Amino acid sequence: MSDLRNLPLAAMHEEAGARFGAFAGWRMPLSYRAGVMKEHLHTREKAGLFDISHMRLFEVRGPDAAAFLSCACPLDAAALGEGRSKYTMLLNDEAGIIDDLIVTRAGAERFIVVANAGNAEKDRNHLNELARDFNVDLEVLDRVLLALQGPEAESVLLGAGLDLSGLTFMTAAEPREKWFTTRSGYTGEDGFEIALPLTEAEGLVRAILTDERAMWIGLAARDSLRLEAGLCLHGQDIDEATNPAGAGLLWAIPKKRREDGGFVGAEALKRIMQDGIKEVRVGLKPDGRQPVRAGALLMNDAGEAVGRVTSGGFGPSVGYPVAMGYVATNASETGTRLVAEVRGSHVPISVHPLPFTPHRYRKG
Amino acid sequence: MSKTYFTEDHEWIRVEGETATVGITDYAQDQLGDLVFVELPEVGKSLSKGDTAVVVESVKAASDVYAPVDGEVTEVNEALVSDPSLVNSAPMGDGWLWKMKLSDESQLGNLMDEDAYKASIA
Repeated sequence: MSDLRNLPLAAMHEEAGARFGAFAGWRMPLSYRAGVMKEHLHTREKAGLFDISHMRLFEVRGPDAAAFLSCACPLDAAALGEGRSKYTMLLNDEAGIIDDLIVTRAGAERFIVVANAGNAEKDRNHLNELARDFNVDLEVLDRVLLALQGPEAESVLLGAGLDLSGLTFMTAAEPREKWFTTRSGYTGEDGFEIALPLTEAEGLVRAILTDERAMWIGLAARDSLRLEAGLCLHGQDIDEATNPAGAGLLWAIPKKRREDGGFVGAEALKRIMQDGIKEVRVGLKPDGRQPVRAGALLMNDAGEAVGRVTSGGFGPSVGYPVAMGYVATNASETGTRLVAEVRGSHVPISVHPLPFTPHRYRKG
Repeated sequence: MSKTYFTEDHEWIRVEGETATVGITDYAQDQLGDLVFVELPEVGKSLSKGDTAVVVESVKAASDVYAPVDGEVTEVNEALVSDPSLVNSAPMGDGWLWKMKLSDESQLGNLMDEDAYKASIA
């Protein structure tokens, strides 16, 4: 794994007994001594600490910052209040999803964008290309990015000297110089993401971990948590071959923007919606205990291929296997019975509502 | 009197006369993490050395368990259907996977004994 990049806090993960694996070019902690099952359940019950420093933070600054982001993303950046965050996407000209992002307005002419690790370079090139027509600067921020997720997250942070109780879901603050925090995450639980300079990161981590309600959680549990929560992983559930309509992500695009256009991919998205979408993303629940994983084909009772699984595994909180994928629109109704092909055998599976575990965000 | 052999793929095979019990080692279960499903073979299935006999699934991934030698499946561990975590908690005991009748005992000579296996994972 010598060609992989190490997280800045790699030594702390080793100290915590992490088992590492490759993800998006990074050597990432997959799980710790407790194991994925306990880590997953711990996050839903108490507070799980994730090192997500592989993800990339960009700062977009300048008089045209809002106009630029409203062109790059199907987002109404001008209407976004200071300290507010939105889930949005970068689309290509065909409305394919280049990446999904969280954009936060940090000031009148300043926004913070959080992008996926595997897409960071692609995103940067794409944004730089678009930025030529705008008066903006795009800077990559060198930060450690931590997430503390779970019902005890707010109280654990308070004990660690960081009071974020004033934030509600999808709002943000800059509590210290070069710190950036949002009440958000990717587990379905209440929680926070905290970007901070490396020099201060180890101190905060140690302060958090002195609280026995908090423990390190690896990437394996991060994946099972987001899957139970019905959240998409770019590169699996969404990519440039899928679009926001089929992916069920139109809620993230204001209706007015869909109608008026003016963002990259707008024309194609309008056309896709006029023509009617062919396949949609759905939750899937296999009948027994056997997990059905990404890549499995889905067939209807006539034996016709109607879709594919894009993420699948076991849901420790629900106690049964969970999956999501794309199916033809006429096979997408909740309760539709299908079969998944797994190693040559057929596993019965039903279309199931998402999320599998209810979101427990702290809304304002 | 039984004797236990080990493979490079982290299976163990405990031989008593003509029959043997097969499972995965503690090292293997630790690497795999929490198991949530075990796909067992049919009783009566004949296996050749290297065939996929069992698939063990963790939260994250599916992994093959290979037949360490040739033979016929005589029994499978039904307890794993309702409690796959037995493989994690007792990989060399209650978490055994299947029993088989050996068709060529000479193949055992190519496997490792416990000391050699321990040295191989050290």
